[in-house]
Amino acid sequence: MIPSIAPTAAPRKTALAKFSGHRLLTSPGGLAGTVWLAALVLASLTAPLWLPYKTEDQDFTAVLSGPSVVHWLGTDELGRDLLSRIFSSAAETLGTSLITAVVGVGLGTILAMAAAASFRAEGIISRITEIMMSLPGTVIMLAVIGAVGINIPLIMAILGVLISSGIYRVMLGQAKSLQSQLYVDAAKVDGVGPLGIGLRHVLPGLANTIVVQSALIFAVGMLIQAGLAFIGFGPPLPKPSWGGMIQSASQHVYDAPWLMVPTGAVLALTVLSANAIGNALGKAPNATASHLPSAAIRRKRAADAAASAAAAPAGDNLPAAGQLSVRGLSVGVDGGTPLVTDVTFDVAPGTVLGLVGESGCGKTMTALSLLGLLPSGVSVSAGQILWNGKNLASATEKDLEGIRGRDIALISQEPMRALDPMFTVGYQLTAAVRRLGRAGKAEARAEALSLLEKVGIVDARRILRSYPHQISGGMAQRVAIALALSGKPRLLVADEPTTALDVTVQAEILSLLRSLVKDTGMSVVMVTHDLGVVADICDNVAVMYAGQVVESGRTASILDNPRHPYTLALLAADPHANTAHDMPERLATIKGQVPQPKDWPAGCRFAARCQFAGSACTIPVPLLPSGSEDGEVRCVKADELAVEGLEWVATDVPTHRVLEIVEKDMA
Amino acid sequence: MSISTVEREDAEAVLSAPAMLEVKDLVVRYGHGRKAASAPAAVDGVSLTIRPGETVGLVGESGSGKSTIGKAILGLQKVSGGSISFQGSDITHAGSSRRQELGGELRAVFQDPNSSLNPRKTIGASLAEPLRVRGVSAAEARTRSEDMLERVGLPREAVDRYPSQFSGGQRQRISVARALICEPKLVVCDEAVSALDLSTQAQVLNLLADLRDERGLSYLFIAHDISVVQFLAQRVVVLYRGQVMEEGPAAAVTENPKHPFTQALVAASPVPRPAEQAERRKLRESLGVRTAAAVAASAGGCPFSQRCPLATELCTAERPALRIVGQSDVACHFA
Repeated sequence: MIPSIAPTAAPRKTALAKFSGHRLLTSPGGLAGTVWLAALVLASLTAPLWLPYKTEDQDFTAVLSGPSVVHWLGTDELGRDLLSRIFSSAAETLGTSLITAVVGVGLGTILAMAAAASFRAEGIISRITEIMMSLPGTVIMLAVIGAVGINIPLIMAILGVLISSGIYRVMLGQAKSLQSQLYVDAAKVDGVGPLGIGLRHVLPGLANTIVVQSALIFAVGMLIQAGLAFIGFGPPLPKPSWGGMIQSASQHVYDAPWLMVPTGAVLALTVLSANAIGNALGKAPNATASHLPSAAIRRKRAADAAASAAAAPAGDNLPAAGQLSVRGLSVGVDGGTPLVTDVTFDVAPGTVLGLVGESGCGKTMTALSLLGLLPSGVSVSAGQILWNGKNLASATEKDLEGIRGRDIALISQEPMRALDPMFTVGYQLTAAVRRLGRAGKAEARAEALSLLEKVGIVDARRILRSYPHQISGGMAQRVAIALALSGKPRLLVADEPTTALDVTVQAEILSLLRSLVKDTGMSVVMVTHDLGVVADICDNVAVMYAGQVVESGRTASILDNPRHPYTLALLAADPHANTAHDMPERLATIKGQVPQPKDWPAGCRFAARCQFAGSACTIPVPLLPSGSEDGEVRCVKADELAVEGLEWVATDVPTHRVLEIVEKDMA
Repeated sequence: MSISTVEREDAEAVLSAPAMLEVKDLVVRYGHGRKAASAPAAVDGVSLTIRPGETVGLVGESGSGKSTIGKAILGLQKVSGGSISFQGSDITHAGSSRRQELGGELRAVFQDPNSSLNPRKTIGASLAEPLRVRGVSAAEARTRSEDMLERVGLPREAVDRYPSQFSGGQRQRISVARALICEPKLVVCDEAVSALDLSTQAQVLNLLADLRDERGLSYLFIAHDISVVQFLAQRVVVLYRGQVMEEGPAAAVTENPKHPFTQALVAASPVPRPAEQAERRKLRESLGVRTAAAVAASAGGCPFSQRCPLATELCTAERPALRIVGQSDVACHFA
């Protein structure tokens, strides 16, 4: 049976509509905007029922008056009530602006989806939209007005068509990236046609942009409509319109300045509301990391931690120069979940330590803490990182700046991340050499060249002139190593340095690292999930599981004679451990998955997945000497297992084979 | 019945059966129109055959064209030359309607479990899509989705959940469920386990092996890791820069490689036993394979000639044809 695994408990995501609705109503701006627009439309549609005056009613006793009891918002030059005129024309203004938004965004989206689906369509549509964008919009609209008269819905629709070419540009990139997703490929393999893919897989991904753009174009439509009315192309008189009212107010700016205020304010508020709604909807769901404390709090916490750590005795046996000693290191989310607990290891000069484990075991967090490069919101909560008589766990940022790059350098999984695509390799390398070594320009250039030769690059001069995109992944990793070597570090932290590379290139990089360790005497902390890499290059290894070291010691003794069930299981699950002839029919597996930090049990963290777990495994387990050299193991049953020589077996036998095995056992 | 006799009988059955998939002299060039005509071939004259119930592993470095071959078979990449036939019918240029007619017999599992499921759709909706396209009712599609989820070791309730609620390994099982839900004959697995951790990788590999034995599936298993391939595949095809370097039974290719590139590939794959790995490393260093150069090899010669320790003028001048060496077909003048 294959173990059934309960999915990680996460809040159930609701449908997209509800999702954006939620976003809208939780943002103050969005809520205010929605309330204002809804009130305006409601008031406007019910206007005949409650407005005190008809739009054409003239009160000659109060021409150009300010707000009064009779006319709450005052009157215009013909004594017409402003409140009545503003509200009765609101629905039409909003409605016709909506036409622009729907036509503009709708057409733009359809064009973008068509273009993303077909290379040929993209060529044609892009040329057409380029032409549309170069046409003078105002002239076209005036020409339409000249030809068909003032037909506001038609004018707004044509405005939408003109705007759609801009929307197309915005949408195209996004639609293309959605179109290149693997799930689109999967749907194509299913036999879903282009239309189905567009509707089911691309359109939902564009929904957010569509909603946001619609809100913004809606606002633009309102402004343009008011502008047209202002220059005399609004609804025919005496029908009220916002633009027309602003135009007549502008003629009385000196004698009745109030006249401008109500209409201007309503127009501004409405446009503002539309924009606020657009902003609220456009916010990325995870943009606000509210769980993270503010920068000030974090700085204070760091200072507190530093003070307390400095107060603690730095340990009586201070490590020698070039030796890294990590003692009881714990790393956690600030004021919350621990991610790494009580990790202890030493790295002697000229040796390589492997931190090995599956993802989510805390090995990268441990490695990054050595350089003070933990992500924001995560910090060292206890323990010491002793390096050259200093405790790096409590060092200030300024101290760390002096150490990073010079004493301790980092190479990461993605070599391209270490290189800026805008500058040549030579520029970046000489800049690093000059900054870290304070050398002159010519000197630095010579040094850069020798660094590249040191990392095994044959045509170093050509590489110096190249930009990062012009070199291969393996070459980029060599350059990244050269960059890391530019400060002559004593310790190199390598976070999965070969995972993204081909095996042949990986072997070359590992050989390079090995010879660098031999020649310079530097030490390496190598984070990896690959036991073969550990076997190849590491002198010592610490196997991590769920934030703890579960087993550590000499590489040979751990890989050839593992003591912890987790190490045993990892080796049994690794197809590299077998050749074609002794390849088992089934690989051993570990049921379930690495628990989330919040679900760590008090006892052995591996017990829930362990084939050998018993009642003794529910109490916390210390790291104890394993008996082989200076190895340590965190398992209450380690001795028992070693004596019995148990193996981690492939438990999940397929159902159709269970009978066969039973028969065999019977016989 | 002992396992070895089963295997032998299987192997005989496999050899005598007609091909499930036949790729002949496949050429793929990237780009459109005139650009494509002058572009270097990403896949350059590759032929391979998969018989019913057989798993063929396709290995090579990044950029060797292995994924491109998978895409061409699935109709996701335009083919510039050669032919692909599935169960005897030509699908080289089949459109989406023709593919739909294949009745879901040709399916795929992709590498990245994070992007191969639409994050905005429930697991049920993603699983049902291939069935719904073929006119299966919503209710039946749901039941079959639940059954399939159970088969890959997930709870039936997972149909109503979203991909973000599952771990990478679970999502990859869902992808396997999605591929197998309409009873395919051939599944193209494109780096299907490369993004997974060891223990979950083993779970998915076991699952793929079980389903194959249960349903008599054929796999085209594309991977960069020759050890993973040798677990699942009966035959292995080794690619370099779009050309087949070596092809043969998995055991022969991985344990007794004939082509210098395959030798380099096998020697570079590390084993988790320090003493053995040290030997392997010595062997690799003694091979004397040069670092990949950025410049492509001359068009007429062997694509590996620039890195090959055995290369002579003949190798840069003339492209070696595949010929039988031992149990394998090898494209090398000196193998």
